Amino acid sequence: MARMTMIEAIQNAHDVAMERDASVVVFGEDVGYFGGVFRCTAGLQKKYGSHRCFDAPINESGIVGAAIGMAAYGFKPVVEIQFADYMYPAYDQIVSEAARIRHRSNGDFTCPLVIRMPTGGGIFGGQTHSQSPEALLTHVSGLKVVIPSNPRDAKGLLTAAIEDPDPVIVLEPKRLYNGPFDGHYDRPIAAWKKHPLGEVDDGHFTTPLGKAAIYRPGSDLTVLTYGTMVYVAEAAAHETGIDAEIIDLRTLLPLDMGAIEASVARTGRCVIIHEATRTSGFGAELSAVVQELCFYALEAPVTRVCGWDTPYPHAQEWAYFPGPDRVAAAFRAVMEA
Amino acid sequence: MTDLPLSLYVPEPACRPGGEPDFSDFEVPKAGAIRRPAIDEAPENMRDMAFSIVRVLNRKGEAVGPWAGSLTEDELKAGLRDMMTLRHFDDRMLKAQRQGKTSFYAQHLGEEAVACAFRRALEDGDMNFPTYRQAGLLIAGGYPLETMMNQIFSNARDPLEGRQLPIFYSSKDHGFFTISGNLGTQFIQAVGWAMASAISGDTRIAAGWIGDGSTSESDFHAAMVFASTYKAPVVLNVVNNQWAISTFQGMARGNAGTFAARGHGFGIPAIRVDGNDFLAVHAVARWAAARARAGHGPTLIEHVTYRAGAHSTSDDPGAYRIKHEFDAWPLGDPVARLKEHLVTLGIWSDERHIQADAEILDEVKAAQKAAEASGTMISGPAPSPRSMFEGVYAEMPDHLQRQRQEAGY
Repeated sequence: MARMTMIEAIQNAHDVAMERDASVVVFGEDVGYFGGVFRCTAGLQKKYGSHRCFDAPINESGIVGAAIGMAAYGFKPVVEIQFADYMYPAYDQIVSEAARIRHRSNGDFTCPLVIRMPTGGGIFGGQTHSQSPEALLTHVSGLKVVIPSNPRDAKGLLTAAIEDPDPVIVLEPKRLYNGPFDGHYDRPIAAWKKHPLGEVDDGHFTTPLGKAAIYRPGSDLTVLTYGTMVYVAEAAAHETGIDAEIIDLRTLLPLDMGAIEASVARTGRCVIIHEATRTSGFGAELSAVVQELCFYALEAPVTRVCGWDTPYPHAQEWAYFPGPDRVAAAFRAVMEA
Repeated sequence: MTDLPLSLYVPEPACRPGGEPDFSDFEVPKAGAIRRPAIDEAPENMRDMAFSIVRVLNRKGEAVGPWAGSLTEDELKAGLRDMMTLRHFDDRMLKAQRQGKTSFYAQHLGEEAVACAFRRALEDGDMNFPTYRQAGLLIAGGYPLETMMNQIFSNARDPLEGRQLPIFYSSKDHGFFTISGNLGTQFIQAVGWAMASAISGDTRIAAGWIGDGSTSESDFHAAMVFASTYKAPVVLNVVNNQWAISTFQGMARGNAGTFAARGHGFGIPAIRVDGNDFLAVHAVARWAAARARAGHGPTLIEHVTYRAGAHSTSDDPGAYRIKHEFDAWPLGDPVARLKEHLVTLGIWSDERHIQADAEILDEVKAAQKAAEASGTMISGPAPSPRSMFEGVYAEMPDHLQRQRQEAGY
């Protein structure tokens, strides 16, 4: 057991997986000698050699396409898209190829690959370094999509993703790479090393895909969220005094509908929070699931707090970011309904 | 300073319906004229080969020059048989589509030599990442015709259980990667497979396939970048059959250079080959495969051929090209040319050809009869709709199980 940042936990997950399984190879832009722009693959090339961890040309479709070929060969490639915003050139390879190969070949070929992408804003990344494209991925049958909110889950989910027989997208909230963050951009970040969720087991363990976690139990309302917004929700609960039950979904596809139903049926109220733009966002899916499963238990309309339907603006980042004020207002409105 | 208005250049083919076939710009080098470099030749020393065409069979049906002699007489006869089988297969399946027994078909007419000859240069265990016009890889590899037809009919014995368009075969055991409808995606996947083989210290190589039109897709360039960067053991094939549905091949290359010449910017050796010359395709494929296996990296091959048939059963080529253009095609008919060669060698005759043709037709008909007994699009049995829910993931998640139950399967 050691206290780690999320970056160190991700690096450690790669290390453990590569040590256990020679078919795990890691590549992507800058991931080799340098260890990645966020340092998530630091030290791997030195330890495992440049046949197992290497730099790739700047060509996202090429990175994912080559990984698909490697997976078809029998490898378990783990590739990094440097920012989730750069996945668009690789989108065809992800949705038309990786997601489909098992089904279209009736299991003749499979595609056990992992695509890691740093996601989300709050880092002054502007329009092309801050996006949250999860809804564009969860719409695709054949993919699995996970997003951790803390170092322990980051290691456990990544390890489970590497061991999964199907393609898994791991969205890494880069705002949480170095510590939890409550949405108050003017406050210092609490380092993971001083936070209980920074405690990460040594060696091999997995966090099962498809299982949500109750981050904070509560009885007044249910918050359905993931990634950075887990901590924004916690800040809003603290500031309003509303006893919110915060469900950290962890896996968006397949979704843990049992956990959602159990919580909302009990609290009767539901607030959905995500950073991605609102229209046709993943919150729309969550809202529909709650309506289908818990309609007769609902005491108030299901409410969404999301990024606005605009590109992520550089200078107005904190006006875009769904911060504690907006979340608190939603909590109050839902309680008063 | 002048104020002349600018104008856009839009490439156009030499001839259109109503005109006469015109291949006057198409230079056909003499058979045997092109040198055969060593397999470790530096790419910069063989740049001329991207602008010429390797040919082995001359007008008299003789095999000449440094690329001749890569096949035995038995292999040549087997190659002719493969091409004749593919031609009958195409003909029967085209008719089956017209009869409503399947939804779609795409022929190989005129370009049978490319895949049939290439397959003979590969070893079992090598992997192709094909397009929908390389069924010759399966036929020459001994894959059962009946299974191919089961796939085309989406019947109860379709190995893909009705999930894929007809002719989108898949066979790992026969080195044939599952086909995508999105163009060019497989080209970079082939490079990735080859990279994995190299990382493993394996001896197997990969072959990527793409059409002339699809070379304008980004993934063609992704594949070239990755293949050259890592010197992957892969053979990258561009099948230039002159037409991408109605778009002539000059559109994809800006009507300049050749497709093979695109290898030069990447430091990849490139060879242009007569795709209607079974012997030339085989010899060049074997050269490239040997180069890959010996660790000298990728080769780009441009197979110069002609799509004599329609693009698919949904296409009417008469609307955009001259109906009998293929008759004027300077590289001839691959089946007729190989047949003539065998006759010249004294190991074949018109009588034997007629007899073999009848035998092959019977074989294809028998396979079709057996396949149709397992169902067609208009007569059962068909795969269960339950199958569409299966195999999306290794294990079916809860939400799919619920949807399957909701659908009643």
